[in-house]
Amino acid sequence: MDSSSKKNGLPPSIDAVAELLKSQGYIADRALSTVVFLALKMGRPLFLEGEAGVGKTEIAKVLAEALGRRLIRLQCYEGLDVNAAVYEWNYSAQMIEIRLAEASGELDRERLGHDIFSERFLTKRPLLQALEAPKGLAPVLLIDELDRTDEAFEAFLLEVLSDFQVTIPELGTISAVEPPIVVITSNRTREVHDALKRRCLYHWVGYPDAEREIAIIKARRPDAPAALAREVVSFVQALRQGELYKSPGVAETLDWVSALHELDAVSLDPQTVNDTLGVLLKYQDDIVRMEGSEAKRILDQIKAEIATMSRV
Amino acid sequence: MDRPSLVPGQGAPSGRLALNIMHFARVLREAGLPVGPGHVIDALDAAQAGALRSREDFYWTLHAVFVKRREHKEIFDQAFHVFWKKPKMLEQLMQLMFQQITRPADEKAKKAGFRRLAEAMFDKVESQSRREEKPDSLEFDATFSHSDMEVLRRKDFEQMTVTEQAQARQAIARLNVHRLEIPTRRFRPSHAGERIDLRRTLKGSLRAGGHLIDLARRERQWREPPLVVLCDISGSCSNYSRMFLHFLHGLMNDRERVSVFLFGTRLTNISRELKRRDVDEAMARVSSAVKDWSGGTRIGSALKEFNYKWARRVLTQGAHVLIMTDGLDREDVALLTTEMARLKRSARRIVWLNPLLRYEGFEARAAGIRAMMPYIDEFRPVHSLESLGDLAAALAAPRRQEHDPKQWLKAG
Repeated sequence: MDSSSKKNGLPPSIDAVAELLKSQGYIADRALSTVVFLALKMGRPLFLEGEAGVGKTEIAKVLAEALGRRLIRLQCYEGLDVNAAVYEWNYSAQMIEIRLAEASGELDRERLGHDIFSERFLTKRPLLQALEAPKGLAPVLLIDELDRTDEAFEAFLLEVLSDFQVTIPELGTISAVEPPIVVITSNRTREVHDALKRRCLYHWVGYPDAEREIAIIKARRPDAPAALAREVVSFVQALRQGELYKSPGVAETLDWVSALHELDAVSLDPQTVNDTLGVLLKYQDDIVRMEGSEAKRILDQIKAEIATMSRV
Repeated sequence: MDRPSLVPGQGAPSGRLALNIMHFARVLREAGLPVGPGHVIDALDAAQAGALRSREDFYWTLHAVFVKRREHKEIFDQAFHVFWKKPKMLEQLMQLMFQQITRPADEKAKKAGFRRLAEAMFDKVESQSRREEKPDSLEFDATFSHSDMEVLRRKDFEQMTVTEQAQARQAIARLNVHRLEIPTRRFRPSHAGERIDLRRTLKGSLRAGGHLIDLARRERQWREPPLVVLCDISGSCSNYSRMFLHFLHGLMNDRERVSVFLFGTRLTNISRELKRRDVDEAMARVSSAVKDWSGGTRIGSALKEFNYKWARRVLTQGAHVLIMTDGLDREDVALLTTEMARLKRSARRIVWLNPLLRYEGFEARAAGIRAMMPYIDEFRPVHSLESLGDLAAALAAPRRQEHDPKQWLKAG
């Protein structure tokens, strides 16, 4: 462990990152561990892109938990502006202040202006909060679903992410003592501009392979029987091979395991699969395609596979 | 037209240099760059500012004044080298103009923007006549044939002419009139806005000492939605693809958030290729990026690929879709129906431009057309499509009854 990592409590190696994530029940592959390690080491924002439900947001939560940092989340949406993302003045309190000053005969305009636009009346939003943490305790800043907002906000974010400072005209510039650990996620419903990507470390979070997915179920749903987990994973993996409009993500797999467990199923059968397909697939076209014989076909196939595997 | 043999050094531009800069500006203007008298004065001032030690300095000085957009650089570059003397280039240009008596211009001469420059420098009439004589570069006319065969072909586009570029600009300017805008969730200051802008109100009030509260207002911002263009380049549409592409290039450089896809037997995203480049250069890039020029059509599977791979990435924030195709598809109609239905669910509005309605008595009979029609918001048939002007007219005309897809279905 080198001295700098010891000081700020960041993991010193890629393996340490993987361990750290695992301790919180997040099973990351080598590529993801590497990019997280680099992001922490280099102090660069981490840009995670991938289908919905593959665990992008989870990384930020797990990181914050594991490093003992605060998690500050900025959920993006269309029309997100500075007032909602950085700061807002508390207008009603300001108006009352003006009235009070009037009542008490305060006439010094200069001073009134100074008082009104002081930190007392400032409502801090996520980005500003993230810049204000004391040294050594920089929070994890999660900018979730960046693709939902528009280009204008992206452009603003560029400035914040390169200098880690924001300017409030009435107060001045506020810059971070220590830059926060930034995790940006995107579902890729829109391409994020290259200029923003350039400032980040990019990683495409894909679907896990069967082995890792079983490990994830073991970590997240420890009560579920191992045989069921194996069948579920094989089934989901087979679904992802096929042509679905939206393949089920890890979140859906976990939901499905929970659902089956709640139904006291210990093994998959066509009837149960059909009944619970809505947990796994969210598009009517996909459900129609899977219902009935198709689900049974996949089921038979994976059962045969599992049988041969166990024989070996 | 005088050309200086050498770029003079420092000092005030002599009478001849000033004159030459003016002529040079005229050449640029003819070649399609927006150069006005103000630019010429700027250029003279810049030349006068001193520091011109070499030809390179001179180049970049003029570049700074005349080039205002990335896509103009190519033309400027060529014009500069031709005008400020590079004898070989001039020869090549001459060759291009008088092709009848010389051998065909070699590859080098086909640099982007060359044609427009040539027109700007010489008599336009000649270039016109030459263009008419030149046979279409396609090997066969497949206008009324259609198939689902995959034929991979490369295509070389003729370079764009000055007139065409002007037409494209006009066409797009006309489109502005009927542009659709949608409300965003952002606000801007306004006198008659519906909402109160508290921040400005408070600031204004403080400026007056806090005694008066004068309400400042704000209103919703409106903005053009993203536009996604799906353009058919199969054999049956091959006559128009050059025009379409020129139009799309103009559109791409004119408004934000445009994505362009070409499809024949496969789907190609050419948004990057079309962006920010000289039109000829863009065409060259597009032509090498696309593998299925003038082949068959598989609208259904192309749409499917679009829906699966791209729709979620480009059809956001209320995107509009413009489909340019004749709708002649031999393939599975069921697939086409499914995919159109899916497209309809993810796009805010679908406009279909059909370029193949050459005769007035068109009826929506073809199975592919009937399959697509129910999912279309607006159907824009073109009776004769000869120029970009026709294309723009078809897109810009106010919505009439004939644009309602239901009418066509009934008639069929």
